[in-house]
Amino acid sequence: MSEPTHHEKSHGSQHIVPLKVYFAVFAALMVLTATTVCVAYVNLDWLNLPVALAIAITKATLVILFFMHVKYSGHMVKVYVVAGVLFLIIMIGITLSDYMTRGWISVPRGWQ
Amino acid sequence: MSTSNPSPNDRRQHYLNAAYGLRSWLLTVDHKRIALLYLGSITFFFFIGGSFAVMIRMNLLTPDGSFLQAETYNKFFTMHGLVMIFFFLIPSIPAVLGNFLIPMMVGAKDLAFPRLNLLSWYLYIIGGVMALSAAALGGVDTGWTFYTPYSSTYSNGNVVIMGVGAFVAGFSSILTGLNFIVTIHKMRCPGLTWFRLPLFVWAMYATSVIQILGTPVIAITLLLLAAERIFHVGIFDPRIGGDPVLFQHFFWFYSHPAVYIMILPAMGVISELVATFSRKRIFGYNLVAFSSVAIAMLSFLVWGHHLFVSGQSIYAGLVFSVLSFMVAIPSAIKVFNWTATFYRGSISYDTPMMYCFGFIGLFTMGGVTGLLLASLAVDVHLHDTYFVIAHFHYIMVGGAVMGYLGGMHFWWPKITGRMYPEIWARFAAVIIFVGFNLTFFPQFMLGYLGMPRRYHAYPAEFQVLNVMSTAGASILGLGYLIPMIYFIWSMRYGKPAPPNPWGATGLEWRTPSPPPTENFEEIPVVTEEAYDFEALARRDAAALRNEGELQNG
Ligand SMILES: [Cu+2]
Repeated sequence: MSEPTHHEKSHGSQHIVPLKVYFAVFAALMVLTATTVCVAYVNLDWLNLPVALAIAITKATLVILFFMHVKYSGHMVKVYVVAGVLFLIIMIGITLSDYMTRGWISVPRGWQ
Repeated sequence: MSTSNPSPNDRRQHYLNAAYGLRSWLLTVDHKRIALLYLGSITFFFFIGGSFAVMIRMNLLTPDGSFLQAETYNKFFTMHGLVMIFFFLIPSIPAVLGNFLIPMMVGAKDLAFPRLNLLSWYLYIIGGVMALSAAALGGVDTGWTFYTPYSSTYSNGNVVIMGVGAFVAGFSSILTGLNFIVTIHKMRCPGLTWFRLPLFVWAMYATSVIQILGTPVIAITLLLLAAERIFHVGIFDPRIGGDPVLFQHFFWFYSHPAVYIMILPAMGVISELVATFSRKRIFGYNLVAFSSVAIAMLSFLVWGHHLFVSGQSIYAGLVFSVLSFMVAIPSAIKVFNWTATFYRGSISYDTPMMYCFGFIGLFTMGGVTGLLLASLAVDVHLHDTYFVIAHFHYIMVGGAVMGYLGGMHFWWPKITGRMYPEIWARFAAVIIFVGFNLTFFPQFMLGYLGMPRRYHAYPAEFQVLNVMSTAGASILGLGYLIPMIYFIWSMRYGKPAPPNPWGATGLEWRTPSPPPTENFEEIPVVTEEAYDFEALARRDAAALRNEGELQNG
């Protein structure tokens, strides 16, 4: 706390990522996109949505970690990335607390 | 040029006389000059937004609302809200005072990304021009909230222009917040630890966090709105599988925290004023600092209190009601700590302090009436009435604008190197306080009696209170013109300001007024806590002794 600047500097964005990594990530993203398209032709019933979301989240994670260099960034950047995801979860989670509970208290008769 | 009083400032090189000409302003990367660009532009928008308010109040002078047609009235209150919120209140303290002060308060030469800072201003101007052209092309009548289906099924093309304008201005806000966060993390001068920072910096940090976490959501929401209008993707329209209440969820996820983008910086200003004009360290510095962060976090958990009567589930309403009550805690911590600081302080009543007292009283009223609105059952009665209007104007005008004006008076000598006329300034502060209360207190009563907002006509029994409100608005308008006039006057004719006219403790007061382009002649080193008035007195005494020795020796 009393040495505010020095140790943060050492993990700057100077890290050089080999091209190989970028191509690997790109290939993975392409494969996942193809998977999404293929899965769309198979009816998995209630699993449709979770599977599509899982693939999307995996892709987003790859982009954030490698293309956006978060994997090689300092703690502060990581904290902010986590905060962003956390607030997305809060937004969706609390919004769902409305949609999931609309049926809990019934509307008076004659209103429906 | 020849009539102005020659002063020592005129000979010294500083950020104002470092370069001349339009180019030197429009292409500047000096945070102080960019702050002045913002000052000019937000003042312009303030008076635009204000003139819409004048029209609204004129119309409500008589029950039949004969001054404006109903449709025109709808467009005017929409423009009033949009301009005041997106183009005045949100940029006000952060973009003007924050821009000017944060680098100086942390002892840096500039913000972390000076060019990005200039880009923010241009984005703001582009957004503003789009908003004004939407108004000129025929206006928008959705209310500043853009609720669907007003903004989708029943709207015209101007909504898209206006929405994109707000979207672009939002990016200005995001980039400013980003700039501040990086500056505060990375550019503090030697010895300036987090807990030695002025509370204004803490407040601005918390504000910036809201700006970068919240603003993207409104931007995406406006894009979704555009996607639905243009590509007919069912998001908010029930006929194609959407849900209009979802728009309200997304909108308020940003727009409730946006209230804190407006009020937190004002709270930061008030902390500076309370300490300086009581000549005491803020009581409970850490609590006040953390309450800013707590407000920023909690502000994201309460948005549903705008949806109590919108068809949101009762359970969600309950949760949001409880969470809304919790935001009162950090806000109350601040108010109690400020008032505790006054205890045994050596209080002086300069103009900034008068705004500060105004803020504390009016913000408290605005906050407490917010608790009434956060109560589920009471809100069913008060929702969408003038009670809500009065409540948020007590926060936005009584709080944020009072804080902004207090801060402008406090730092004006630093910004321009000139003092404003104290007598006029105190007079204007009183006029504004009186005008404000006369405008908005009757609206609490109107709302309680059941007068709904956003109607251009009303039953005759509400006229007396409406006339009072309009009378107050004209006093308030006059009150805002006076500072405008004497501020401009003082730039040329005001008394030259010393480096530290108020005997305040921050780093910004250790450099000449107006500051040199690089802010400090040498990089400052901080060896004491914030608001250490004893250390300040010791330093001043030492400086005097040195001067004496120099003269004697
Ligand atoms: Cu709210």
